[in-house]
Formats: sequence, structure tokens, C-alpha cells
Amino acid sequence: MGNVLVWIVWVVAAFGCLGSGIAVVSFSNPFYSALALIGNLASLAVLYLLLTAEFVAAAQVLVYAGAVMVMFLFVIAYLGSRADVPFGAPSWQAIAAVVATGVILVDVVVAIGLTAGGRLDEQADIEASFGSPREIGTVFLTDHLLAFEITSIVLLAAAVGGVVLGSGRENP
Amino acid sequence: MMGPDVTWYLAVSGLLFAIGALGVLIRRSPLIVLLSLEIMLNSANLALIGFARHYGDSSGQVFALAVMAVAASEVVVGLGLIVALNRARVALDVDSLSTLRG
Repeated sequence: MGNVLVWIVWVVAAFGCLGSGIAVVSFSNPFYSALALIGNLASLAVLYLLLTAEFVAAAQVLVYAGAVMVMFLFVIAYLGSRADVPFGAPSWQAIAAVVATGVILVDVVVAIGLTAGGRLDEQADIEASFGSPREIGTVFLTDHLLAFEITSIVLLAAAVGGVVLGSGRENP
Repeated sequence: MMGPDVTWYLAVSGLLFAIGALGVLIRRSPLIVLLSLEIMLNSANLALIGFARHYGDSSGQVFALAVMAVAASEVVVGLGLIVALNRARVALDVDSLSTLRG
């Protein structure tokens, strides 16, 4: 019974995720695209919960669906109608883009199949604390301390860059 | 709890990556290119977390958090560039951004 329930939640979240991803790409109004991306991020958070990654799911909703998407919506509102760039006529560039996307998809499938093909059958047993904030924090601050510090420097550089780019003079 | 195994999550991740790549390649609005980049980064996150669950190693989840921070930084710089372009009265169309002169 629990098994069927997990599958139902998985199917809803996975198709919601793929459908809202297609919606992001196909809307001509960036406002609707941003709203569809919020749905995409929320259904990804459900998939993370199914993978017992509670802390990452919470961070996803807070950081992405909260902070990043609000920033997107503010910029889209600031730009107004100048932000709308509809699809052009189907050109050789669009056809080449679709072909290149198919090539990327085949590439991803082949790469995963070659590197992990035979080892995807058995799932490791995990403890009940897997993915909890305590365990993530412990791993982050012991095994991956350097990555943690570099992340803070990257965020600082991005904050400075955002201020520099945003505070330029009007038509210098 | 027996649910879908990691192969199903990898399939969703690969398809999502392809959708994001299509958005980056086919759309001309820099805003939607940024949104599609977010989709690509999130599909990589889904694969990382799927493998973390599969191998029972939480390093994958830690790396997904680092990717999230990088994605937030990328959005800040990308939106700053878009606002700067708008202020310089440049059309918001990636096809017309053919020079990088300041």
C-alpha cells in the first residue's frame, strides 16, 4: 500500500516537473515562464523528499522558490513589456537547436549507461537520519569544509558583482 | 519503503536537462535563457541527490547545496547584466548582443 502511494506521488511530481519545464521554455511571456519555474522547483522538492533529502528540499523551497524567483519576478516587472521576445519564424537555427538537444539527450543517456550501467540495481541501506540537517551539517563542516568556504566566497563575489552591475550610471 | 529506483530519477533528470538545453538554444529572450539554465542546474541536482540516496552517501546532497549557491550567484550576475543592458537601451534579444563593448 505504501509502495503504491510512493509511486503515485512520484508519477505526479515527475510529470509535473517535466510539464512545467516544457511550459518554461514555451511561454512567450517571461512572467508566466517564471511562474512555471516555481512549479518546476516545487515538484523537484517533492522528488527530493522521496529521495529522503529533507534538508535539501527545504533549502530548495526557501532559496529557489522564495528568494531567487522573487528576484526574477522583480526584474521582469521592472523590464515590463520590453522583456517579451516571442518565437521567431522557424529557421535553420531552431531546427539545429532541436537536433543539438537530441544529441545532448543521447549523450547523457550513453554517458550514464556506460559509467553506472551495471551498478544501479541494488540500493544501499540508509539510516533514519540520512538527509537530516544534522547529518548534512556534519558532512558539510568536516569532509567538505573547503567547498563550504569557497561557496561563501562565490556568494560574496556574486553580491558585489550584482551591486556593481546594478548601480551603473544612467547612459554614461 | 520501496519506491521507484534511481534509474527513474535519472530518466527524469536527463529529460529535464534536455528541456533546459533546448530552452537555452532556441529562445532569444535572455530572461528565459536564464530560467532554462536554472532547469539544467536543477536536473543535475536531481541526479546528484538520486545517486546520494542510491549509494547511501550524503556527500551528493552537500554538493547539491553547493550547486544551489552557485545557481543563486549566477542568477544575481545574470539579472544584473540584463538590467544593465536595459539601461544601456540595448534590445533584450540574445541575437542582437553581438558585441561585448561596454
